[in-house]
Amino acid sequence: MSDPKKDEITGVESTGHSWDGIEELNNPLPRWWLWTLYLCIIWAIGYTIAYPAWPGITKATSGLLGYSTRGEVAEQIAVVEARNAPLINALTDIELAALPENDDLHRFAVAGGGAIFRTYCSQCHGSGAAGATGYPNLLDDDWLWGGKIDQIATTIRHGIRNDVDPDALWSQMPAFGDILEPAEINDVVQYVRAMSGQGHDAAAAEAGSEIFLEQCSACHGEDGKGNRDMGAPNLTDAIWLYGGSVETLTYTVTNSRFGVMPPWSNRLSEAEIKAVAAYVHQLGGGEE
Amino acid sequence: MSFIQKHQILERSPTLLFAASFAVVSVGGIVEIAPLFWLENTIENVEGMRPYTPLELTGRDIYIREGCYVCHSQMIRPMRDEVERYGHYSLAAESQYDHPFQWGSKRTGPDLARVGGRYSDAWHVDHLMDPQSVVPESIMPKYAFLANTPINGAHVADLLRTHSIVGVPYTEEMIENARSDFLAQADPDGDWGPVEARYPGAVFGNFDGQPELTEMDALIAYLQMLGTLVDFSTFTPDASR
Repeated sequence: MSDPKKDEITGVESTGHSWDGIEELNNPLPRWWLWTLYLCIIWAIGYTIAYPAWPGITKATSGLLGYSTRGEVAEQIAVVEARNAPLINALTDIELAALPENDDLHRFAVAGGGAIFRTYCSQCHGSGAAGATGYPNLLDDDWLWGGKIDQIATTIRHGIRNDVDPDALWSQMPAFGDILEPAEINDVVQYVRAMSGQGHDAAAAEAGSEIFLEQCSACHGEDGKGNRDMGAPNLTDAIWLYGGSVETLTYTVTNSRFGVMPPWSNRLSEAEIKAVAAYVHQLGGGEE
Repeated sequence: MSFIQKHQILERSPTLLFAASFAVVSVGGIVEIAPLFWLENTIENVEGMRPYTPLELTGRDIYIREGCYVCHSQMIRPMRDEVERYGHYSLAAESQYDHPFQWGSKRTGPDLARVGGRYSDAWHVDHLMDPQSVVPESIMPKYAFLANTPINGAHVADLLRTHSIVGVPYTEEMIENARSDFLAQADPDGDWGPVEARYPGAVFGNFDGQPELTEMDALIAYLQMLGTLVDFSTFTPDASR
């Protein structure tokens, strides 16, 4: 170090490292590179002054620009809310029954409701709303709790058979395994299959009709067409929530079913609930 | 020797170079990590947070064991699209009893930070048994074996005690009653009162719908409480955080 060797040709100081006769020279860094580094350092200091950065005793500096992540997201949400406010307010205030006639608002509700449906509802009812075993198809005109737009909204708002919402729609079919003999259950199953126009044992169905009148008709109706006040399905239309085979029906009668839908009023706003109701209502089976 | 050439002193002594490198790298940790332990605006106390119930904690262990975090995050970021889809953005306090936290870094499936109460217990059973039966487009594997794996909570008190060592405020009473709380939570005829008193906001019931207590019960109990403890109708975010 005290006596740096110089490269003979360029006159630049050598580091003393040499491989196969190639010497490493101690050239200075390119100026443009060095200045970029210095500028970055200066910029970084300015950046930490403008934005929250330096830790202190109880809190970090908040920055001259007053930026916060929470503030930013609140601002972004507020911008969109302000933009949609006229439509949202109109949707919140409108009587649901009048919504389908209000073309512009209805279009907005259906488009928005479709997005909400795909976010929150599609996991059970399917992204095309065709349902799955145990989760109703919303495309057909077979409704458990009513297919008018305000009935759909009520179902969405409070849900079905949940412990969360005291106003949840509620009914419970008894497990007839505790009440009827297996042979009697089979008779009822055969009768229900006869009712829905499926292959059945006529003699058993005949016997089952009496049991049905005695045990089932209070909810499902004497004609088996169901009762929407109790969410009792129509048994004559051959549309099945859990399945219409002998095995499935036997299981259903023996153990009963207890389909739960969560309430959505705690996650969705009034306007959002109405939007989903409008979306579901126009899928195909909506009733006037 | 000019100042600019003094770096040669460091570069020619390995010991000095190591010591100096260590000092420089430490600055990052001291400035970025250490303050998190004392800055008041990172430690936000939020009403409603409580330690996990013994059953939820067991479910959480199953969640970790099965690697659910590989595909599911539990961290709703403060961005409008995330808030629209998943609900209020996650708060640091909501992970305060998580050892380790389950924020995750990859979303092959959706975020689960607020999945609690979003679906019925029966849906979770159907979905864990065969995800495609309810979500045909899903690529999630089946976890049906969870319903065939009975659990009895024999060591759950030890699990709570371990978590209390790392700072989760389990009381002696909670640890003493861990086993009975564990069994009561998934028992439809169980005595839920004392469990509810110790762990407000816990959900009860026969989660998997079968008489036996299985890993499926524990996992669903855990999933059904995720993100439900903080009441966001009363929570006011402090914008400086």
